[in-house]
Amino acid sequence: MERTLTRFVRALRTAGMSVSSAEAIDASRALALVGYSDRDVLKASLGIVMAKSEEDDALFEQVFDTFFDSAALASQTQATESSNDQPASADEGADSDAAQPDQDGTGQADDFMQLARSGDENRIAVAMARAASAVGADEIRFASQSAFFVRKMLEALGVEGLEARLAATLDERTADARRRAQALIEARTAMQRAARAHVEQRFQVFGKAATETFMDEVVTQREIGELSQRDMERMKVLIARMAKRLAVRHSRPRRIRNRGQIDVRRTLRANAGLDGVPFDLVWKTKKRDRPKIVAICDVSGSVAQYVRFLLLFLHALNETVTDLEAFAFSARLSDVGPTLAKLDFESAMNRIVIDAGGGSTDYGQALVDLNTDHWQVIDRRTTVIVLGDGRSNQSDPRLDLFAEMADRARRVVWLCPEPSRRWGTGDSCILQYEPFCSHLSHCATAADLERAVDDVLSAYA
Amino acid sequence: MSSSAPHAHTVPDGLKSIEAITEGLATEGYISNRSISTAVYLAQHLRKPILVEGPAGVGKTDLARCLSLYLKAPLLRMQCYEGIDESRALYEWKYGKQLLYTQILKEKIHHLMDGADSLEASFAKLNDFQDLFFSREFVEPRPLLKSMEQDDLSVLLIDEIDKSDEAFEALLLEVLSDYQVTIPEIGTISARTPPLVLLTSNNTRELGDALKRRCLHLHIGFPDAEREERIVRARVPEIQPQLLRQMVSFIQSVRGEDVRKVPSISETVDWARTLLLLHADALDPALVRDTLNVIMKRQSDIVALDGRINELTRDATAGAAPQP
Repeated sequence: MERTLTRFVRALRTAGMSVSSAEAIDASRALALVGYSDRDVLKASLGIVMAKSEEDDALFEQVFDTFFDSAALASQTQATESSNDQPASADEGADSDAAQPDQDGTGQADDFMQLARSGDENRIAVAMARAASAVGADEIRFASQSAFFVRKMLEALGVEGLEARLAATLDERTADARRRAQALIEARTAMQRAARAHVEQRFQVFGKAATETFMDEVVTQREIGELSQRDMERMKVLIARMAKRLAVRHSRPRRIRNRGQIDVRRTLRANAGLDGVPFDLVWKTKKRDRPKIVAICDVSGSVAQYVRFLLLFLHALNETVTDLEAFAFSARLSDVGPTLAKLDFESAMNRIVIDAGGGSTDYGQALVDLNTDHWQVIDRRTTVIVLGDGRSNQSDPRLDLFAEMADRARRVVWLCPEPSRRWGTGDSCILQYEPFCSHLSHCATAADLERAVDDVLSAYA
Repeated sequence: MSSSAPHAHTVPDGLKSIEAITEGLATEGYISNRSISTAVYLAQHLRKPILVEGPAGVGKTDLARCLSLYLKAPLLRMQCYEGIDESRALYEWKYGKQLLYTQILKEKIHHLMDGADSLEASFAKLNDFQDLFFSREFVEPRPLLKSMEQDDLSVLLIDEIDKSDEAFEALLLEVLSDYQVTIPEIGTISARTPPLVLLTSNNTRELGDALKRRCLHLHIGFPDAEREERIVRARVPEIQPQLLRQMVSFIQSVRGEDVRKVPSISETVDWARTLLLLHADALDPALVRDTLNVIMKRQSDIVALDGRINELTRDATAGAAPQP
């Protein structure tokens, strides 16, 4: 029983849940209390002991259902328990009297045939489970490995003996031999199917989640501009998760007690009942600023994709960043707040890119527009995030306005999708803006984006 | 577990099996489900606190209240808030009493110092009294310490732990894992009978891993229609079965709508009481519109739902009617 639990814990870990050993011990204590008899109680108990958040609950449910797949449960426990005392090998035909060590594998072939023909699903399942443990099928991580494990399992069950016999039979070239060969082939196919089903089930438990995690990692490291449509869907989920992580990290209380500095007025008030003897000290508190972010996004063709993700990110942070103003520009600058509030995110972004994009990019003009219409949104609590490649088509970059903006704002963070070696080449005037930025960095992947936003929020700590 | 060794480990009759817990809670009007009862069962037998999470108003606090009623164990409740500290949670020195005693004893001091001529001698004499003011006499126990001092089983409810600061969580760890409280001036006080501990959280912030690891985790979500009907019937027994079915079906579909604050069980119960007062025996759009503010607590949600009321009411009444 313990062994099944250990495997289950491992399955949970590969699925991305962090189950500590302390929790695994609790699980085994809980198991000793409730037993395996009632599936629902077992599920509830293990869930209560090991899944420690709502996401964990969903994950747990999924893994539990695939792992303790009704029929598999009995056979697996049986197989793993019995393999404790008998090393896993093709000892399934204990009732058959054929000698085991057989040079040409006739005995193995007989066992194999007998097993295949028995039609006893339980027996086959037990044999499969044992073979799977013997070849280490729990190590499966990718779907493409399944053919390999199926073959290994069949070999463990003695398929090689059968194949040798099959070859010999085919060589005979008689009608009778062909009939016998047909039976051998059918037996092999049936066993192959059973093995594949078994490997598939193991993959669902041990491999799938690992593949997903791996894919997630790949996507966050890939350049946003090069994402495929399928990656984009995956990305949305990931961005939501990142945003949640950041929100947790930055949702500290807004007041911090400044231990060491006494708030005299409030201390006297609090101790009035104690004859003014200051027993309860009240410390002065410091208020922390709420983050206020103004995002200025270049939505011309090359950068539009990045803007989509930055805004998605900032949007997902709306509990932490309540003050968010977003502007988009290519030729002229416009406030995208109303569009984002009115439409759902996807259609809003499409509208923004159509409305604001399309002109020839002009950073100078964008700054002028910001200056005339929206200068008041930038104050000393504001972090200005500029997302753009700084390619302004040879127009006047209006450094004076940019400098004034940097003066007004708390920080100016420039995120550039282009790698640093291309800064300043051609019509890029990013290097002219650089001296006024508190921070300028290359931001190409979702991981970069997360780091950049984390950095912005940390400045308010 | 070494920590559970010194405690007398007697399991109260009410907690002997999962079924017994479900039934017992039902007698107090709390309609449990399998995972809730299992959590309580495991909490008792594994000696672990339960961390209860879930949306507001699904009966997290009520679970503790009903457990204490059912087990006839005292309920010790500690409400957490931003800035709660050990003097509110664990213990505090009775400053006023200490002050008063020193004032009164001032007169006595001459008498006590009698015979001590030198400074050293008076100091040595004083030294003998030093611990008097920092003894159990002057400790004001707060909920956590109180729960350690109970002779019989008690239920300790640490409500809305997510409202407290992270530093406070660390303070709880000793209580939660070893059932003991350490007061530097006195020593360590272990629980006579470890209490049944429930912590509730509305998930306004992520709790620390250290805390989570020490707890069993129970998530209470919105109930399905069947359980919700039983809950309302337990709380408002006078309600007509047909109306009950209709309103539960209505509430369940509102939870599927796009609203900011979905109605919870407590809202359903309030609504049932309201409809009972109005002597209603079936839902109709006008009635729903008039009483919508009982279940929806945001003006924007009320406005958003207004256009859908006719349809939702029709669905609720149609869906509930054919059942016997």
